[in-house]
Amino acid sequence: MSGASTGGASTGGASMSGAVLRARELSVTFRGHRRPAVRELSLELSPGRCLALVGESGSGKSVTARALLGLSEPGARVRAAELSLNGRDLRGLSEREWARLRGARIGLAVQDALSSLDPVRPIGREIGDALRLHRRELAQGGGEATRAASATGRRELAASLLARLGVDEPQTRLRQRAGQLSGGQRQRALIASAVAARPDFLIADEPTSAVDAIVQRQLIELLGELVAGGVGLLLISHDLGLVSALADEVLVLRHGELVETGPAEQLLSAPRHPYTRELLDASLPVRPRPSRAAPDEPTVLEAQDLRVHFGPPPPRGRQALDGVGLRLRRGETLGVMGASGSGKSTLLRALLGVQRLDGGSVTLDGRPWSALAPRLQRRQRRRLSYVPQDGLGSMDPRWNVEQIVADALPRGLSRHARLRRVDELLETVELSPALAARRAAELSGGQRQRVAIARALAGAPEALLCDEATSALDASVQASVLRTLERIQGESGLAMIVVSHDLGVLARLSDRIAVMTEGRIVEEGPAAQILQEPSHPYTRSLVAASRRSAGGRAWRQPTL
Amino acid sequence: MTNLALLASRPAERPRRRLDPVALLACAFLVFLLLCALAPGLVSGRDPLAIAPAEAFSPPSPAHWFGTDESGRDIFSRLVWGARDSLLIGVSATAIGVGLGLVLGVLAALAGKIADVVTSRAIEVLLAFPGLMLALFLIALYGPGVGTAILSVGLSTAPGYARIIRTRLRTVASSGYAETARILGHHPLRVLLRTILPNAIAPILGIATLGIGQAIVWAAALSYLGLGVKPPAPEWGAMLAAARTYITSAWWMTLFPGLFIVLTVLATTLAPRLLARWGARA
Amino acid sequence: MGVPWRAVLWRAVGGLIVLWAAATATFFAIRAVPGDPAQAVLGGPGSQAGPEALAQVRAEYGFDQPLWMQYLRTLGRLASGELGTSYSLHRPVAAVIGEQLGGTLLLAVLALLVAWVLALAWLLATTRTRGPWNTLGSGVELVAAALPEFWLAAVLIVVFSSTLHWLPGLSDNTAGGLALPVLALAIPLAGFLAQTMRGSMMDSLTAPYSLSARARGERSTGLRLRHSIRHAAAPGIALSGWAFGYLIGGSVVIETIFARPGLGRTLYNAVTIRDVPLVTGIVLVSAAAYVLVTVLAEIVGGLVDPRPGRAAA
Repeated sequence: MSGASTGGASTGGASMSGAVLRARELSVTFRGHRRPAVRELSLELSPGRCLALVGESGSGKSVTARALLGLSEPGARVRAAELSLNGRDLRGLSEREWARLRGARIGLAVQDALSSLDPVRPIGREIGDALRLHRRELAQGGGEATRAASATGRRELAASLLARLGVDEPQTRLRQRAGQLSGGQRQRALIASAVAARPDFLIADEPTSAVDAIVQRQLIELLGELVAGGVGLLLISHDLGLVSALADEVLVLRHGELVETGPAEQLLSAPRHPYTRELLDASLPVRPRPSRAAPDEPTVLEAQDLRVHFGPPPPRGRQALDGVGLRLRRGETLGVMGASGSGKSTLLRALLGVQRLDGGSVTLDGRPWSALAPRLQRRQRRRLSYVPQDGLGSMDPRWNVEQIVADALPRGLSRHARLRRVDELLETVELSPALAARRAAELSGGQRQRVAIARALAGAPEALLCDEATSALDASVQASVLRTLERIQGESGLAMIVVSHDLGVLARLSDRIAVMTEGRIVEEGPAAQILQEPSHPYTRSLVAASRRSAGGRAWRQPTL
Repeated sequence: MTNLALLASRPAERPRRRLDPVALLACAFLVFLLLCALAPGLVSGRDPLAIAPAEAFSPPSPAHWFGTDESGRDIFSRLVWGARDSLLIGVSATAIGVGLGLVLGVLAALAGKIADVVTSRAIEVLLAFPGLMLALFLIALYGPGVGTAILSVGLSTAPGYARIIRTRLRTVASSGYAETARILGHHPLRVLLRTILPNAIAPILGIATLGIGQAIVWAAALSYLGLGVKPPAPEWGAMLAAARTYITSAWWMTLFPGLFIVLTVLATTLAPRLLARWGARA
Repeated sequence: MGVPWRAVLWRAVGGLIVLWAAATATFFAIRAVPGDPAQAVLGGPGSQAGPEALAQVRAEYGFDQPLWMQYLRTLGRLASGELGTSYSLHRPVAAVIGEQLGGTLLLAVLALLVAWVLALAWLLATTRTRGPWNTLGSGVELVAAALPEFWLAAVLIVVFSSTLHWLPGLSDNTAGGLALPVLALAIPLAGFLAQTMRGSMMDSLTAPYSLSARARGERSTGLRLRHSIRHAAAPGIALSGWAFGYLIGGSVVIETIFARPGLGRTLYNAVTIRDVPLVTGIVLVSAAAYVLVTVLAEIVGGLVDPRPGRAAA
């Protein structure tokens, strides 16, 4: 764990040996809070190695990252027995001194490039700023970095940096804004702006959270190359697959405290602390469930050749659904795999009957559904119910839980019967009936999603449509809600459509899986087949990306 | 006479944790004004119209807190009695403005695309007339007076309210919970009445309070120009008009009426923040 | 993307519609007055207009013709810039406006510029991510925005002219003579603009991209000038059309107080005598100015924030 230097001269100019970023007993407390957000954390970062900070949201990972750069929120108190860079004490540095370090010695790339790059400025300027602010120091380093002194030189340096990071047409990209680039290009641009001034260390906070699986793979390779080239990487993530691919050493954080630490391979395959084991469990394995085959059950919901476009018809408008067809049988769970923009939400809304169709039809129990007059359809909407991704947004802010759930009950029940039914539903989703008086904003994310499920079950539907129902939740909460869904699925035999971009979620719940992209279903079949022997190239790349192995280091199931 | 009602369309700032002393003061001032309007005799025993030439142009003193004007009338009592006129004009004009704004806003947000385009244009037309201009135009046609002042201020403020209401209605109508109500199969009318309208109109009370302050200023401006309330009525704007000739010699005649106006505007701007927090907690 | 020319075009078309609607509204308003419309044009029942004057007005406005013909006539005349005759000044309205417009425009443009400078400077100085500066800055803005111009003008005159003798009492077109009237208009507007932009400025300072900028080594001043200003300015620019209207309206009071020649004072005089053609003409011209400024604001907005789909004005 000591600061061994590695070879690799591709980041020329950075000092190689002896550089160390060290923190001992780092604590960060926010004003008005009794408990510290980070409590006595110690870590040490050396060039050429990757240290990972792992934990769920609220564990203090991002707070630590900011504290290491002196960028803690105003009102935060940062204390440490030691906080040093190459022996230089960082505690009590003035803002000006910090500004000279940031970007030049330590770089920071935070999460989503769409919001972490100024959306109104061309990325060339964002990258160029890093070069301009540290041009004197870069000039001292010699070599091509001296070009940072002039604006033209900075543009060239930025272009070559983008090229090295794998962005095509760098000269054109420099003039574009973050919103005009694709997800992968944006993230690379963000990383470029963080490493442009040749820092020895890079802190990457959730670098792959906003991208799809394929781009994720590419970014993992990119970060790996940076590390191989001599950068010391502090990787902050809740994604254990990412961590296993890159990290040499792992620190597990929980509520701001260090729970376990050790070499990555050892910790991930044989964790000692129960919390670490819980985290590993929650990273869902992409294993299909045993199938509950019943192929001759009647069809509940069937869609044929659905077409929807937004705005004027294509090519000017956007084609959201391009001839989508599917079939859901009684008691079956169909998983729909789709990245954002694939049209999955539009599909669900079309099935529900709230989306205007430009073509195709939906039948429910063999009888026309989409063709029904709105008035008639409205009366029967309860037969299909919906669990949205954003529970909070879907609940009237003035209503309490009881009102929210009761709203979905059929009309004509006495007040007494209504209350009893609400209590029953809350119990089904494992919520205490005492929560019935609370408002949506007063619940936690997991509780809200359960309320949403309870509401969806209230009308005794024939089929349940879930739109990324657990995607906004933390890993452990997600696992718990999914367990509840599984139980309900088993007990009620309800037909379900589960839409998700996460193969792990789909694997857990689905009997069959349909893969969707760009408004079309490219492959469909039994879950086991899709997950283990996909045939369509798109499906194959998705499955491969989720298998969480990179650089020869395969991720193994924890042995318990 | 900036239109602070337009500020109300800003998303609310982060609510402060402790009780906001400034908003409390604002509410206290408003209560004081209300008292002045309803029971001016209680607040100031003096007759606002009583002329005492011997005491004309007296600077502020224990006998006359705010001094006297050119006819020896006590300025403080005139301000107190003037509150009734100002509040009356302010409230009536705001009622017209909010009423018209509601109609336009609802039409624009909920009656379909064509209604939206047409109504938005109508709103733009009203906005194209600077507040005072519209008032002056109507006065040129109908003659000066309190009624014209109320009508014109109401018409001038209506588009501002309409825009706010329209935006709010559209936000609520396209929200997740409105969509949920539709997915559940509720009748559109039921969705409108039970879900959309109640959530959309909540901030209106606060905005209307703000608007009352604005209306009072505009009415005062008209009176200042001699086109609104006529002397010797103790309306604040008219008092400022009378003070114009004596700006340098009797500064208190200008300072205090103006101060009252400014405090009223500030109070009506800040009080809604307290209201909003109470509303959020309820 | 840059300047959204399509949106600008839309705005221009919308502006024309607004002008047309304004003309129509004034058309009907004049005829909606109870009693003889010719009398209303000449100043209402108390104006004691003679029979020849009435006859002349009737001929000019065509009151004895069918309504739709009057309407078309009015539109046609407006389109050709013919705004009628001011009966109190005995001159064509267009000529009067042409003369007086300059003074008011000078005041309005200067006040707008000064207001922006004041607002931006104040925001840059007092917006912090936390601390008392924000509350102080916000409080000053609120008070400034609440000041009625007519009162502020009086106070400024008392302080700077009578007491301190720094600036002349009479207003001419020198820097000293313009200072007080411009300030009286600009300060409340600056307060309002700053209040409007404070929220977006704060959002910008705490946004993730600001964190990234600081992580690159950007310091407070650079952060504000390079990043926050552009994000903060958007809502202010969107309000510019309205702001210009406010300035023109305010000029009525300011020009009267400072005895400056301009459209405002002309309007005030016209209203007191109830010279309807002159009043109508001025009101329509100010509506046209509002439309023009709104279109310009759309263009400037596109330059400041080139993203497509940014919040429209």
